[in-house]
Amino acid sequence: MGKTLAERILSQKSGSEARAGDIVIAQVDLVFAQDTTGPLTIRQFQAGNLKRLRNPKKTALFLDHAAPSPSFSISNDHRLLRQFAQEMGCLIYDVGGGICHQIVAESLAKPGEVIVGADSHTVTAGGLGAFATGMGSSDVATIFALGKTWFRVPESIKIALSGKFPRGVGAKDLILYLIGNIGADGATYKALEFGGEGLAKMSMSDRFTIANMAVEAGAKVGLSPADSTTRDYLKSQGRGDHYQPLSADDDASYEKTSNIDLASLEPMVAKPHSVDNVAPARELKGTKIQQVFIGTCTNGRLEDIASAAGILKGERRHPETRLIVAPASPQVLLAAIREGYIQTMVEAGAIILPPGCGACLGLHQGVLASGESCLSTSNRNFKGRMGSPEAFIYLASPATAAATALTGEITDPREVI
Amino acid sequence: MLKGRAFRFGDNITTDHIIPGRYAHLRSNLPELAKHILEDADPTFASRVKKGDFIIAGSNFGLGSSREHAPLVIKMSGVSAILAKSVARIFFRNAINLGLPMLICDTDKIEDGDKLEVDLKTGVIKDMTNGNRLTSGKIPEIMLRILNQGGLIPYIQKYGDFKL
Repeated sequence: MGKTLAERILSQKSGSEARAGDIVIAQVDLVFAQDTTGPLTIRQFQAGNLKRLRNPKKTALFLDHAAPSPSFSISNDHRLLRQFAQEMGCLIYDVGGGICHQIVAESLAKPGEVIVGADSHTVTAGGLGAFATGMGSSDVATIFALGKTWFRVPESIKIALSGKFPRGVGAKDLILYLIGNIGADGATYKALEFGGEGLAKMSMSDRFTIANMAVEAGAKVGLSPADSTTRDYLKSQGRGDHYQPLSADDDASYEKTSNIDLASLEPMVAKPHSVDNVAPARELKGTKIQQVFIGTCTNGRLEDIASAAGILKGERRHPETRLIVAPASPQVLLAAIREGYIQTMVEAGAIILPPGCGACLGLHQGVLASGESCLSTSNRNFKGRMGSPEAFIYLASPATAAATALTGEITDPREVI
Repeated sequence: MLKGRAFRFGDNITTDHIIPGRYAHLRSNLPELAKHILEDADPTFASRVKKGDFIIAGSNFGLGSSREHAPLVIKMSGVSAILAKSVARIFFRNAINLGLPMLICDTDKIEDGDKLEVDLKTGVIKDMTNGNRLTSGKIPEIMLRILNQGGLIPYIQKYGDFKL
């Protein structure tokens, strides 16, 4: 019997015949933590008397969640991470260096690798065909020292995509639609494996977006095959030698297959307070929005900023709607400056944040007041996530976000393009 | 044998319910962070919970972030085990890695305030208030061994490696 992408990668990295349901010990090729999970990771590492890193050059710390630091207690955490990196000789991406998942995608992840991060959105690198998943600080501290961990080989759900996105519709709408269908625990412990001719035509940026939100359906990974699009992306990042093709076998066994015709989709929004509480944007017309946030590991890439800038060009944000934009990495920020998108956005009334997680998790840079509503391109709308527990978070695409910034209420972007 | 009272929560209790991101500056000050435990789900929980008590939840408990601080503050609050119909993947690993038992069972018949007795060896849960008896689902052998050592760090200190 053939192998799914998950079985293929875990077989290779465990040196065994890994089948769904098996428990295997697999080599971890890249391991990382960030500034909200890293300090506990270091304390667990020290509590276990684990003295050195197994692969310092394949171990990374990212200072991205609160960057630059908004409080002295977080500054102390940052100092701890810097000291650890210096002592251990691991990679460190300091404040302003970008969101961990974006940097992993741009610079570090390779198809066929196993990647573990102390951050649930580590799944993003699944877009490159890496078995990338989030774990907590104890697991990550152990991987720091051993370079391996145990996995239950997940059953895979195949998401077979056909057709092409209509105008104004994109990867965010697809993944919101899918999560709305299967639910916030629809893929718990399982792998989502994206495929079909619709996926083959999809850009890397879009593949990262759908991989990123696999965890919002409970999935362990959200995998795309590695194909010519993957190869071209790695080449464009100066990493052509990191490419290897990766695909599932035709006779692989899936728990189930869902078929989605991209042409049938429309702009979608996840309403408060759960990601599977999904409705078409047009049905939410009239919902007033005080803050629009464009960025994050889900939708802070150049294509996302281009999509929003295209709608904002020559326009001005609604006077009662703040517009906050955070490019996901310095590379994205520089390209957005070069392409004129940043100028367009500032002229439209946007606030540009440094590369980082920004307002996504309610730490700083756009914390919501009680009673306020935010439309965000991020991945979670949980109660209390972006500030007040009495605030409301709506999730949508960068196009819907830009359209909403102009009108001050949730707006289907097809109305303004 | 674990004994305590049931604190009931619903479905989809997120890591933001357990420790909201707005308290991220307290993550290196766990006693202070623990004061805010579950405050967006039940603001009275932190002041009422006593050593030995149980968190009883519906489905998909602990969804969201990988923050291990979430099960850590639950353990610090004195909770002896979490009983849920189902649990999100990362939270499940994190709880076991900290030696916090996570039992999967049909929690529908457990009422808030019920007195429970939980036998971790047999997985039998007795509701002393209504007389019901439940059995929890099996967890993978490797998780059981990690739990029996009191968590992943003690497990690795003892064995130096993973054993299947």
